[in-house]
Parts: sequence; structure tokens; C-alpha cells
Amino acid sequence: MRYLPLTDTDRSAMLDVIGAADIDSLFVDVPEEARLSGPIEGLPMHASEMAVEKHMRRLSKKNLAAADAAFFLGAGAYKHHVPASVDHIIQRGEFLTAYTPYQPEIAQGTLQMLFEFQTQVARLYGCAVANASMYDGSTACWEAVAMASRVARGKKRKVVLSGALHPHYAEVVKTMAKFTEDEIASAPPSLTPAPDDDGLIARIDEDTSCVVVQYPDILGRLPDLARIADAAHEKGALLIAVNTEPVALGAIKSPGELGADIVVGEGQSIGVGLNFGGPYLGLFAVRDEKHVRMMPGRLCGETVDAEGKRGFVLTLSTREQHIRREKATSNICTNSGLCALAFSVHMTLLGEKGLRALATENHRLACLAADRLAKVPGVKLLNEAFFNEFTVLLDGDARQIVRDLTKQNVLAGVSLGRLFPGNEGLSNGLLVAVTETTTEEDIETLASALEEVLA
Amino acid sequence: MARYFTDEHEWIDVEGDLATVGITDYAQEQLGDIVFVELPDVGTVIDKGKDAAVVESVKAASDVYAPISGEIMETNDALEDDPALVNTSPEENGWFFKMTIGDKSQFEGLMDAAAYKSFCDGL
Repeated sequence: MRYLPLTDTDRSAMLDVIGAADIDSLFVDVPEEARLSGPIEGLPMHASEMAVEKHMRRLSKKNLAAADAAFFLGAGAYKHHVPASVDHIIQRGEFLTAYTPYQPEIAQGTLQMLFEFQTQVARLYGCAVANASMYDGSTACWEAVAMASRVARGKKRKVVLSGALHPHYAEVVKTMAKFTEDEIASAPPSLTPAPDDDGLIARIDEDTSCVVVQYPDILGRLPDLARIADAAHEKGALLIAVNTEPVALGAIKSPGELGADIVVGEGQSIGVGLNFGGPYLGLFAVRDEKHVRMMPGRLCGETVDAEGKRGFVLTLSTREQHIRREKATSNICTNSGLCALAFSVHMTLLGEKGLRALATENHRLACLAADRLAKVPGVKLLNEAFFNEFTVLLDGDARQIVRDLTKQNVLAGVSLGRLFPGNEGLSNGLLVAVTETTTEEDIETLASALEEVLA
Repeated sequence: MARYFTDEHEWIDVEGDLATVGITDYAQEQLGDIVFVELPDVGTVIDKGKDAAVVESVKAASDVYAPISGEIMETNDALEDDPALVNTSPEENGWFFKMTIGDKSQFEGLMDAAAYKSFCDGL
């Protein structure tokens, strides 16, 4: 769309036609006190492009950018390398679309991309069907809970959250459940070398619609999904597996294979980048095709046209709110199109072997880091198993230690005190994430900085 | 066996204490190709006029209301694998569910075949 500015002559011609004296008279229906007069408080007046650029540069200098530090932050957002080719390909004109690019007659490119994306997510998660994406991992997590409630036809009301579910995901679920009749049963996390699967299983009862388990969990540990799935199914509940690090699935068994009924997660690691925390990419899939009509979101399907040629359409749209709002499976009827495209392009470039190699490298470097940090006096490794993120216990308040280390350009990790505010028992815990972008030098930098600060 | 019709385009066959419910040929014609039918659970007690089932065509979904109050005793499992039965045999093999009748006076005010035909002609 071109931007065509109006002249005063244009404006008065239009006002003449509609019989209004001036622009303000178009707003007479809005009470005087509700109208804005004068500048907005706290918002500076306009400035030139060059002045704004200078100002933004000054502000950005105050940041410690991920690329300028020894960087070990994870907890649901991971610093991976996104090949330059991804950025190039997603900007090609063929992928530029209208606002709602779903009319099959004209949007075959977009629809085929979504179809390929769904295939990749379904295979990654070990599931039958994936949707065209959701806003982010936490939203997808709530949507899964809402879907489990539908599958139980509203007859089961209890939602059992694992204590080792990302606390932000748990918060989103609790917020959304304020508007439904679901009763959210959460639990505090416990600092044990392996997740407390027994404790979680003991909380499942006949009134449970679903159990929500993160895999790998927030502390980087690996719950026994197959066992939890069996226990959930025995009580007629669904198992929802949440994954915040898709690269892990290049190395560990997929949740679908292990019996999870709904698998959701964050796709940011593949192709998206940290983006200051968003936009991100929610992934959503179901293991059994029989649940497909209960799914939220857009679904792209393959079909044939009148001439028998292969084509793509959005399908099962009656689940969506533009058909029957009051009966829709979700009030989200969009997807993260650009992030999904980036994911799909990056995944295509990696291929199955590439993903496995990337996962192997992540795990190798994480093992190096864990071994090195465990040698630091005052540092104890918690996990008995992990993929690329693990928890260490420090002799001191991890939150303060992280702050101290930033002064040396070391972003040491996410302190559990920050993740679980108010939970004093976790204050010495630090979550350390390692990816293929971490160098052995970075690991050494972190270890020596910790040696110094803990001495 | 008596057959009644509602102005929501449903037919009801009454046999003893059981009513079989489906949608009419006119209704399936209006809906087009039916791709899915969501049926109520057996044992559900439904009041007259409340949602009992959903019929979906490719781009639309319509509710099917309970023509009388009663308990769902049986549903047509064949529709799960072959929802198109509603198109090919709407008033026979494409039935939706069977329900208890309770109060027979519920049928007062429903149409017979001739009345329903003239009702459709006037639409």
C-alpha cells in the first residue's frame, strides 16, 4: 500500500462532502473529558530521524548485549545461531502476503509453507497433527489445558501442573483459568537431582482432565514421560508435554513417542532468535488424530483441485471463532506466520541429520560446562541428567552473584530466585544454559568468574 | 409409527416410548456436503429446544436442537465414519439419536408431513 499524505485542500473537500465543519466535529459523540487535548504526558515531542537514531544508540549502549558477553541465559529462550540464509529466504517476495493470506485461490505459497511447517512440528513432537502455530509456548500451554477440558467434555475439572513446569507458563495457565471452571493444582519445585515423578503421579485423580509436564523440565531434568503417561491414562486424564527447547528433540525421544497426548512448546530456538523476548512461536500438536477437532488454531490441509492437482487449504475451520464464536475451540484465530516461516526454513536447512548434529553439539558443550563448573569450590551440580541446560547450587544467593558477574560481562544464567520470587528455598539455585554458540573460552570465563566471586 | 416435523427442520419418529430424531432432506440440501456430526453422549438429559448435536459442512456448523425433552438412549455411530449418510439418507440411515419421550403432549404443535411440506414451500 502506498502512503499518500493529504493536503489541507483534500481535507476540507472531504469535510464539505460530509457536511462537517472540521475534524474535531467528527468526534462530538465522545465526551469532552474523554478526549485528548494537547500532547500526551511523558511522551516527548517528535524529533528528526537522525536525532532519534542517536538517542536510541545512546540507550542501547546501556544494554549488555547477548553477543558481547559470556552468555548462559536460557529458561525458555535460547541463544542459538540462526544462519543468515534464513533471514534472506524469509524476506523473499514470494513470502510477502496480504494480512489474512489464507484464501486458497491466491495464497498457495503461504498455505504450502504452513503445511510443511505442520509436518515438521508433528514429526519433531512424535505426533499425528500439528497446527499452524500459536503465539508462544505459554499460550500454547494454556490452549492445551483448555483442549483437555473439552476432551473431558467439561466433566473433569482438575488440572495438575508439575512443580517443574516453567513458572511463567504456570502463571499464564492460572490467569486464563480465572475465566473457566478449571481448577489449577500447582506445586512448588523441589531441588532434587531427578524430578519427583512419584509425587506428581500421586496428585492425579479421577477428576483430573490433564497433567502438564515440562520435558526437559525447568531445572533441565528429564521426567519419565512414559510412566507419567500411563498413570494419567489409567485415571482417564490426558498428558500434556511442554517443551521449551526444540533442539533437545534432536537428541531425546519425542514426547508423542512416550505417550503424551498433547505436545506444546516454544519454537524460538529454531530460526527465530532472542528478539528481546518476542515475538516467539508457539508449537501445538496432538498424538492421536481422533483429537483433531478439539484442537485450537489454524490447520492447513492438503487436497486436490477440480483438475486433480495438489493444493492446500485451511481445513476444519468450523473450530475457529470466525465460524461459531460461542463454540470455537479458542479465541485465537491467528498464528505466528513469520516466525513459523523462519522455523520451517531453518529446520529445512538443518534437515534431520543437521538437527541431530546440532543437538549433539549442544549437549557436548553443556557437559563440558557442567564438568568444569562442578570443579569450582562452592558450586554443586544438581542434575543427574540434562540436555543443554542444568541447575547448579551455589554457596550464596544466586541472584546477587548473577548481578555481580554482569559487571565482568558474564551473564551467568537465570537465578531460581528470579524465576520463583518469594521461594527462599531456591535462592542458591542457578540455571545455566549452553548452546552451540557457547565457546570453551566462555565456559572458562564463567568458571573463573565464579571461582573469584565465591572465594 | 408416527412421524412429526419441527420448524427447525428436524423429523421425529415415535415408536412406543422412544423417539428417533434426524434432520430433514430439506435441511441437508441447505447445508451441502456434511463432513462431521457431533452427537450427544448417551445418558444425557436434554430439555426441548436445547443444543443436542452439531452438523458441520465444510465452512459452516449448525446446531441441532432437541425437539422434545428427554434422555438420550442411543446415538447413530455410523455417522462417525460416514457423516455423508446425512446427505444420502437423511430421513432414514442418517438418523442422529434416539431419546425417551416422557410427556406425549410435547408433540402438540409439531407438523405432520403435509404441513411440513407447505412450511418448506413457503420459505
